[in-house]
Amino acid sequence: MTSALLTDITIFVLAILVGFEVISKVPATLHTPLMSAANSIHGIVLAGAMLIAVTANDVLGYVLAFVAAAFAAMNVVGGYVVTGRMLKMFRRRPVASDQKQALATGDSQTGAAA
Amino acid sequence: MNTFDWAIQLVYVASATCFVLGLHLMNTPATARRGNQVSTGGMIVALLATFVLMIHIGGVTAAGWAVMIAGALIGAAAGLYTARTVQMTAMPQLVSVFNAVGGGAAALVAIHDYVSSVSAGHVAEVTTVTTFLDVVIGSVTFSGSIIAAGKLQGMINGAPITFPGSRFVNIAVAVIAVGASIYLITTPNVWVLVIVILAALAFGVTMVLPIGGADMPVVISLLNAFTGTAVAMAGFVINNWALIIAGALVGASGGILTKLMADAMNRSLRNIMIGGFGTGDTGAAAVAGPGGDVRSIAADDAAIQLAYAQKVIIVPGYGLAAAQAQHQVGELASVLEDRGIDVSYAIHPVAGRMPGHMNVLLAEANVPYPLLKEMDEINPEFPRTDVALVIGANDVINPAARRPGTAISGMPILDVDKAKSVIVIKRSMATGYAGIDNELYVDPKTSMFFADAKTALTELTAAVKTLVA
Repeated sequence: MTSALLTDITIFVLAILVGFEVISKVPATLHTPLMSAANSIHGIVLAGAMLIAVTANDVLGYVLAFVAAAFAAMNVVGGYVVTGRMLKMFRRRPVASDQKQALATGDSQTGAAA
Repeated sequence: MNTFDWAIQLVYVASATCFVLGLHLMNTPATARRGNQVSTGGMIVALLATFVLMIHIGGVTAAGWAVMIAGALIGAAAGLYTARTVQMTAMPQLVSVFNAVGGGAAALVAIHDYVSSVSAGHVAEVTTVTTFLDVVIGSVTFSGSIIAAGKLQGMINGAPITFPGSRFVNIAVAVIAVGASIYLITTPNVWVLVIVILAALAFGVTMVLPIGGADMPVVISLLNAFTGTAVAMAGFVINNWALIIAGALVGASGGILTKLMADAMNRSLRNIMIGGFGTGDTGAAAVAGPGGDVRSIAADDAAIQLAYAQKVIIVPGYGLAAAQAQHQVGELASVLEDRGIDVSYAIHPVAGRMPGHMNVLLAEANVPYPLLKEMDEINPEFPRTDVALVIGANDVINPAARRPGTAISGMPILDVDKAKSVIVIKRSMATGYAGIDNELYVDPKTSMFFADAKTALTELTAAVKTLVA
């Protein structure tokens, strides 16, 4: 057992506890955006995928680096964009009907929840 | 540890703080967007720090840079395109696909680490345990999430798929994956790693295939927890705190949602995983009702009840999402509100196909979020309600859940039967997921409006408009 592993395990356990504490306060209304936001956060695996490229020096390594980077980048970019798109729809008051069309296309900056 | 490593680790800690703050800000809809922005900021900083770290370590070949950047750009473009164009009803599939690629990327990190350690001739024992956890969990998540997405998209039959011996195959591949992993810890061999990967992929497929469509909210949550765990394991493998913390947060989130969903469906996780029972995806079956008289109603009469009510609660269920009728229900509600009627929505935790899915669909249909009420909040209001309008919900409103001895006993339900009158829009008298008759449908104060949710709501809105014109 190395002390680095022990540190990693400590961080892991404490982060799970923090996660339980923070996430149990999220209202059911936001559970889909929450799951999508969690999805974007695990896109941090892109950092791991990038570091593959550091030691890759043969065809297999390059293939793994390529696929991992593509997967992780799709995860992180798609996750944040779709979460933002969903959260933009949550409004305290309904928007006027002439704004609906603009909102449906996702172009409008109006109507952000107060 | 030199100054540079210190700086990089501190940046990762700052990013992790942003992730936690971002999740914390999601505790109200009003601050949730800011939360997503904070989280995005943390992510950008972490990725920039990793980029700097790559340059600092050095030794990255030109081909290494090229494949990494090309992969990231292609992936980012694919992610951006799907995120921009996806329909809100297809959100569960998209979340599944993101789970799949996240888990797959985490598995690849460990696979690369193992392969390069073996070829360099050193495999530290502590690393290999987390390496195999990462490979196995990541691969299971990858194939399982693809199957789940296929079921949700309708490309794979949503009903539980089993074949003789499917349980045995499922257990066999699990044993092979774990056994081969243990063998590898003592004896480094890249080809045995291939067996581990294939067995884990097969396990993911055989795990999700027998699970019915209605259990998807639980399965997606569980796979989300798996992805988080896989990413945390990848963090152990490459000794990166950002991955460990982010993975642990997601694991916790997925774990909480899995428990909430399983509780709301009154099923244990074990029960769902064994699967093979019922499905919410089957179409309308023959009209075969429970004992007692069923009162059928047409759009005009239902419109009269709604137009002259003071308080209406709309209870949207799976059928509304399946019929994609969220815009129609939003329109009906705004017509009623224009008449000064108090309209709100009662959302059961498992309405829709993933946790909170119904809320997103209604938000998309321009329904303000203060009108979306959770079960505990809305239940006391039913006795003061003139009309409860149920759209495509079944088991979650069945009063039989309050009595012991039924398939849904103990399941938390919406107290629709306490409203003064009830209108149910449903295609037929077919039973819901639990396969039992709904006593509410034969209650004297209930009227059944037999139609597809979209058609029924369009007719109802037109009838109310005519009535009040």
